[in-house]
Amino acid sequence: MSATAIDRDIDNSQMHVSDEVVIEIEKMSKFYGAFQVLHDIDLQVRRGERIVICGPSGSGKSTLIRCLNRLEEHQEGRIVIDGVELTSDLKNIDKVRSEIGMCFQHFNLFPHLTILENCTLAPMLARQTPREEAEATAMRFLEKVKIPDQAGKYPGQLSGGQQQRVAIARALCMKPRIMLFDEPTSALDPEMIKEVLDTMVELAEEGMTMLCVTHEMGFAQAVANRVIFMDQGRIVEENEPSAFFNNPQNERTQAFLSQIIGH
Amino acid sequence: MLSHLTDNLELWRIGLTNTVMLTALGVFFGFFVAIPIAAARLSSNKLLSKAAFGYVYIVRGTPLLVQIFIIYYGLGQFHKELKAIGVWWFFRDAFNCGLLAFTLNSAAYQSEILRGGILAVPKGVIEAGSALGLTTLQIFRRIIMPITVGRMLPAFGNELVLLLKASSLVSIITVRDVLGQARFIYAQTFDLSVFYIAALNYLIVVMIIEAIWRRLERRNAWLKYTGN
Repeated sequence: MSATAIDRDIDNSQMHVSDEVVIEIEKMSKFYGAFQVLHDIDLQVRRGERIVICGPSGSGKSTLIRCLNRLEEHQEGRIVIDGVELTSDLKNIDKVRSEIGMCFQHFNLFPHLTILENCTLAPMLARQTPREEAEATAMRFLEKVKIPDQAGKYPGQLSGGQQQRVAIARALCMKPRIMLFDEPTSALDPEMIKEVLDTMVELAEEGMTMLCVTHEMGFAQAVANRVIFMDQGRIVEENEPSAFFNNPQNERTQAFLSQIIGH
Repeated sequence: MLSHLTDNLELWRIGLTNTVMLTALGVFFGFFVAIPIAAARLSSNKLLSKAAFGYVYIVRGTPLLVQIFIIYYGLGQFHKELKAIGVWWFFRDAFNCGLLAFTLNSAAYQSEILRGGILAVPKGVIEAGSALGLTTLQIFRRIIMPITVGRMLPAFGNELVLLLKASSLVSIITVRDVLGQARFIYAQTFDLSVFYIAALNYLIVVMIIEAIWRRLERRNAWLKYTGN
């Protein structure tokens, strides 16, 4: 767990948080068989909010965000995304997934497709976007993440940091209104973490609603509105970053923070 | 020896055509039969998966020649019934029976190749497809299958070569494949050297298959870079 510094001024002119609630989680619980991984999670996310979720491994933070686009199924309670409740109704799942973009710890690019094809596959198949339009959009986002010159290469030819930036571009090509990040920098060498965080900061500056599972406390301090600490499947503490880091209330939060900041 | 080749060019041409058609069509149709078998094997439905396992077990556990006999001679006993349902035209032809046996046999082997390949597709890549809003069928066709087929190209090439050589078995049920023609000429001349010509025919086809496979592997350039 590191704290790569965000060494630039954050342009917060577009970082408004509206009153509109885009994610509403009510008393949500999830079980793997008899084992309960998430206990009565309550969380509201408003449009434009940037939330960082941290906690020890096994605390359920990845599972929580994976429930939001139904990569995991919850058993109790409600999850409502932009007015659509997640149930086993496939139509609702499709609708929610088209609103939400996701980046994974291990990037999960399609190894058999070029960088450009990685970015155009979903728009062309799920949205029936014509190829030319999908390619133009893809190139725009690849420029945004600063790797347009790699468009013809395969994922295996890129560094980890580049792959993660492609994964961000690929998600953006579906024009999501919410982005989920599941430990996006945990599999990266230290020198590549910064390039990915910079991309995420830019996204935040444009007003994207973001939920990030990460231990990058520098990122949390620079752009998050709220930091959530999870332990053993529960939200133990949530607060705005300065209060969270300087004055944690719960002793488990204190222990966790002293561990990751202590060295 | 060469006179056996030059005097009977037309026979050899027909033989080679039959051998190549049987092998190529057997592997081709076998591939499409293998997809549902592999899917059934991997299905969480116990009955489906057991049935597919049983099929693969029986086909791989019995000799191809026995399977050819069962289809050609065995089904021949039911020619009245087969005529009644209007499929006798298919089963009366030894070539068709051989092709059916090859298809069903190769499907079992190819389904195992596919199953192994599908299991090796990283779960995260499939999740990425779901997260992007692709349907299960789109994920299967555009992500799982191309990755599997690309990775499994060497295994499929192997299956093609094995089936090519096994195809010589159909000469026993009167199909005039390369070996069938060799046996025909041998019966007239009693000169064993015709079998060298037959062997050469198979070797040449194998060389062509290998050349095609080298090209296919080059076209899947991503295979060189894949670490995940």
